[in-house]
Amino acid sequence: MERIGIFKQIVSNPCEYARNWKEKTRGKVIGNFCSYTPEELITAAGALPFRILGSGATISKANAFLQAYSCSLVRGALEDSLEGRLNFLDGTVFPHTCDSIQRLSDIWRMNTNYAFHADLIMPVKLDTESAEQYMISVIRKFRKDLETGFGIRITDEMLKKAIQTSNQVRASLAKLYEIRKNSPEKLKSSELHTVFKASMVMDRNQLADALRELITFLEDEKIAETPNAKRIVLTGGLCSMPDIYDVIESSNGAVVWDDFCTGSRYFEGQINEEGDLEKNIASRYISRIVCPAKHSGIYARGNYLLDKVRENHADGVIFVFLKFCDPHSFDYPYMKEMLEKEGIPSMLFEIEEQTSSGGQLQTRCEAFMEML
Amino acid sequence: MTLTEKIKDPEKEKRKIKSDKKMRALMTDYYIEAKTPKAQTGKKIAWITSGGPVEPLQVMDVIPVYPENYGAMIGASKMGVELCEKAEQMGYSSDLCSYARADIASATVNGGPIGGLPEPDMLVCCNNICGTVLKWYEVQARYYKVPLFILDTPICHTEYNPDMKRYVTTQIQEYISFLEKICGKRFDYDRMTEVGKLSVQGQRLWQEILDTTMNRPAPMTCFDAFFHLAMIVTLRGTQIAVDFYESLLAEMKDRIAQGIGMLAQEKYRLVWDNLPVWYRLRWLSDKFSAHSACLVADTYTSGWCSSMQYLDENDFLGSLAEMYTRIFLNTGTDIMADNIVKMVEKYEADGVVFHSNRSCKPYSLGQYDIQRIIQEKVGIPTLMIEADMSDERNFSESQIETRIDAFIEMLK
Repeated sequence: MERIGIFKQIVSNPCEYARNWKEKTRGKVIGNFCSYTPEELITAAGALPFRILGSGATISKANAFLQAYSCSLVRGALEDSLEGRLNFLDGTVFPHTCDSIQRLSDIWRMNTNYAFHADLIMPVKLDTESAEQYMISVIRKFRKDLETGFGIRITDEMLKKAIQTSNQVRASLAKLYEIRKNSPEKLKSSELHTVFKASMVMDRNQLADALRELITFLEDEKIAETPNAKRIVLTGGLCSMPDIYDVIESSNGAVVWDDFCTGSRYFEGQINEEGDLEKNIASRYISRIVCPAKHSGIYARGNYLLDKVRENHADGVIFVFLKFCDPHSFDYPYMKEMLEKEGIPSMLFEIEEQTSSGGQLQTRCEAFMEML
Repeated sequence: MTLTEKIKDPEKEKRKIKSDKKMRALMTDYYIEAKTPKAQTGKKIAWITSGGPVEPLQVMDVIPVYPENYGAMIGASKMGVELCEKAEQMGYSSDLCSYARADIASATVNGGPIGGLPEPDMLVCCNNICGTVLKWYEVQARYYKVPLFILDTPICHTEYNPDMKRYVTTQIQEYISFLEKICGKRFDYDRMTEVGKLSVQGQRLWQEILDTTMNRPAPMTCFDAFFHLAMIVTLRGTQIAVDFYESLLAEMKDRIAQGIGMLAQEKYRLVWDNLPVWYRLRWLSDKFSAHSACLVADTYTSGWCSSMQYLDENDFLGSLAEMYTRIFLNTGTDIMADNIVKMVEKYEADGVVFHSNRSCKPYSLGQYDIQRIIQEKVGIPTLMIEADMSDERNFSESQIETRIDAFIEMLK
């Protein structure tokens, strides 16, 4: 586990990491909620993009602002904010995705006191020319908002450098997925997940170096393979519960792919470093597989899932998403049906971040692996 | 039947709205036409979201059908639970919108009070009311294998900016091209002007009708508005809606002149927030009436006039983008709170009743803040009812009854 020591340390207390970073660099920290946040612009502004995932603490203060039928991410994030656990933030960015995040943005703006608040109202459909044009204008506006908000100027040179770094990070993360797929014993999914969680809050230059070192280390490492593990693709959203990876691995499963916004969607697609940079950022979002709150054809996510199952020779699929997540809940039945038609078994696990339902998951997961 | 039952209470009869019958007949005619085989009517059918621009459909002689209206009918006929359960068997979570669940299930079994909606030739989804409709219409596009048009109206948390305007305006043109392609005929821009005028007229009349409750006693309540709303939703942009609302408005004015209120006694005036609880309309109406509490206004039925200020009657098509993007549900929670504060002042309300609706997150999340804002700005009591618009399993009668009683005590 030493090789991921730095990542583990950050994940054990991401807020403390951000506080220290701030003290050291005198830079700004910008919280954000979603993989549709153009982190490159934040990095270009000299700030630290900090993905808010919710600490998993018990909800008390947030109950006065959010009904019980909102998801644990939304409630957990607000709880952390109201409890002052995020008081190192200089601002927050809310890309528009689902109805709950939409209203969280309002509640956050009205009840917290960060200096900067940006709503990135990205298009909901990503498969038309006019939507792409609109997305470019949203990204351009965000650049201006950052400039005005922090009294700086983001030059093309600064943005280009940030894009280069983020491209390096994405390439490294993709490489790690490749390593895990080919030799799951070299890099456990729970370890990889730790790397991802750290990646979303770490200084991106430091991150790029740390990832390179990790890859070099792993490539040199020789480990005996366990060939008979069942190959699993995870689909759903925001799996920040590390138990699940341990559970799958201890049930003789190996995760070979996922379509999480905290997983593959975070690194898929590169940004062209030449030409109109804002347009290039938009192009990445347009060509990447969508979050279910976005639209890109009525079978986009189902087809993507089947492709990934085939490409990775997966034995089964586990759907994992948060309870009360409407977009994922709507997609589940048709995606499950598409899998069934191809004879691919699947199971669904709805999670709530605050409650670790490890025991139940273990039993169901073992039964599923046995069936495979 | 005994003789005493036949004799109607003349006081109660006097308070009944006479136009109800006409409304029922018109809605029946509308559904009969929609359900007539297409070979006979020669008209195509579009399923459209309640906040979607229906006027271009009227121009193209397409019959608009509203799954949300049907969701309400299913709820009101207490068929919601059965259909929602069916959807859950199909794999849809019980936490999803009950309209969506009921409609998705109804499509597969021709369920609900009219044995299912007529099959669509196209789907028109405008996300100004929620993100749920996007997912719901994707489900139906896969089920019916028909084209889906998405009108993407960016949420205006704090502003409606030129980028948004450009985007939605371009989409209005794309919408027209979509209709031309499916209907195989050119879009008649002159007819659009006429339909636009009728739409504006209908919206104005509807707002005037809602405003009659500024009178004491109020000639109607929001429970009546929930019923008469179907017309502005489904037949917006038609002469039928204009004619009907003219007669309804005349009846309301007449009631005011005669001093007829909907309640026998009107002691307290209240504002309702969120969708109705369709399967308990009568129960809620009786409950509040028994306390002489009159629900004089609501944020829901006035929603169809909430962005009229952005509408240019002389350039209907040109102002369509802004009107449909800036409806109250597509704005920030603070703007929605201001809207309620204004209603409280306008209708001289003594309290606000919030329906925290499990089915509708964009409407319900933020209500706790709105409650606090009302407390600060106007200092009147508020009540929060936890329920659902069409799924009765989320209605706890005894708990809600206790809360209503306690709330009325606060008004005294």
